Amino acid sequence: MNTQVTLAGVTLKNPVMTASGTFGSGMEYSEFVDLNRLGAVVTKGVANVPWEGNPTPRVAEVYGGMLNAIGLQNPGVEVLLERDVPFLKQFDTKIIVNVCGKTVEEYVETVERLGEEPAVAMLEINVSCPNVKEGAIAFGQKADALYNITHEIKKHAKQPVIMKLSPNVTDIGEMARAAEAAGADALSLINTLTGMKIDVNKRRFVLANKTGGMSGPAIKPVAVRMVYQAAHAVKIPIIGMGGIATAEDAIEFILAGAAAVSIGAMNFVNPYTTMEVVKGIEDYMKKYHVENITDLIGAVEE
Amino acid sequence: MIERTDTMKEKHTAFVVSQQKIAADIYDMWIETKMAAEARPGQFLCIYPKDRSTLLPRPISVCEVNANGTALRIVYRVVGAGTREFCGYGQGDSIEIMGMLGNGFPVEKGKGKRVFLMGGGIGIPPMLELAKQLDGEKQIILGYRDSELFLKSDLEKYGRVTVATEDGSAGTKGNVMDAILAEGLEGDVIFACGPMPMLRAIKNYAEKNRMEAYISLEERMACGVGACLGCVARTKETDSHSNVHNARICTDGPVFEAGEVNI
Repeated sequence: MNTQVTLAGVTLKNPVMTASGTFGSGMEYSEFVDLNRLGAVVTKGVANVPWEGNPTPRVAEVYGGMLNAIGLQNPGVEVLLERDVPFLKQFDTKIIVNVCGKTVEEYVETVERLGEEPAVAMLEINVSCPNVKEGAIAFGQKADALYNITHEIKKHAKQPVIMKLSPNVTDIGEMARAAEAAGADALSLINTLTGMKIDVNKRRFVLANKTGGMSGPAIKPVAVRMVYQAAHAVKIPIIGMGGIATAEDAIEFILAGAAAVSIGAMNFVNPYTTMEVVKGIEDYMKKYHVENITDLIGAVEE
Repeated sequence: MIERTDTMKEKHTAFVVSQQKIAADIYDMWIETKMAAEARPGQFLCIYPKDRSTLLPRPISVCEVNANGTALRIVYRVVGAGTREFCGYGQGDSIEIMGMLGNGFPVEKGKGKRVFLMGGGIGIPPMLELAKQLDGEKQIILGYRDSELFLKSDLEKYGRVTVATEDGSAGTKGNVMDAILAEGLEGDVIFACGPMPMLRAIKNYAEKNRMEAYISLEERMACGVGACLGCVARTKETDSHSNVHNARICTDGPVFEAGEVNI
């Protein structure tokens, strides 16, 4: 049985990764999870300089999921390189660093700095965070803007580039094609869906930011549909995510066309989720006599 | 920053020993778990609802640990769907918990001193285990909404209790600060847990009177283990972990020296 998948020349021992922002830099969950058993750890988004993030409350629960408006608080790329990357290097897993920025120049500065660290296997570019006012999502909601930033980042990146796409668009296929045409090596989707919650007793927004990104099992059908559409639009590999709680959920994304999957909000609900999904995928492969996990990619019957 | 003596965190299924309602919307539950052996006053548990529409854990502080360290007591208020589910649990029911979380109160800072233990509303429960463990001259000041004085008799075993009620039905009318002034109480160190306006007043009072103050903060949480950065408090200095002016309440707190945080 072979659970290996290869994304843009980088081979992962299995297709299970962590979704950026839900797993810190791995340290916080290393008490619960054997990081050696993960295909990759995707770090919390990092910028060229530290970001303070949004005021609190930053999180809220919604039916079957949650809203967050952290605002990409991060310690800056230097702390990531001095503290977090050396920590992750101790483990036999791939390190994927998620990069955020407010301008093209900021993204490029961080991408270039990360290019000096060979332990970073891939870069994931966050152009789809709904919680920061400038930049970020502005690059991720128009196909030409997405093309331009992808093209610019590819000029400077040493590692393969994964563009993380926003679901808050009309045509996900068009966005996927724009990123691919600009040279993206892979895509990840979906980022969170923009949502809102109002406390009816206080007549106030629950989040200080008013809006937040929705994640969790409630968004899974939307995510599966978008992965399927993106997979039909492009040839580059897709990392699927959005509400994955079980191995069955992960397989569903793979059948829809994802080459790998990420566990996000469910880490908060059950810190052992990633391990259960890794094990569950193996069980599924045994049960259905699947020799290579890659045989399942996009294998839903039409 | 208050030092953490880290113990391994884990999530597991525990069992309810007993549960009773002790005031309007206030419940008192004992949970049998090996985590009790390591629990310190001011630390908290994450409790996970079984109803999958309510996914996030509910952070609830430790009220008391039994003598042989095999069970934890929590006293909590029913405020939403999650706590409404918990209050229906009875003896022998399973309960999903993760712990022990957070730093807890620096008990040793009260040793041999005149200590104020100040609890407001659902901030009262963590004062019980703290009062049990703290070795000092204890003035316990409790703020309630009304004359339902939950945990008062438990706390009276460990120090002199002064009460304030919002409606004036027992003790001083007003809040814990009003009670201190009315009774002319004096102390060296403050340990407090309660609503934000109370903690702000305590921070100001401590600064004015040059007292040490340790306050337990509360914020909406998601992960409970320091990963999601949902529950941050603004800090006076750059925080060593975040590299910005934010500390994680779940991991770097929930107890902070009052001067460290801007609240």
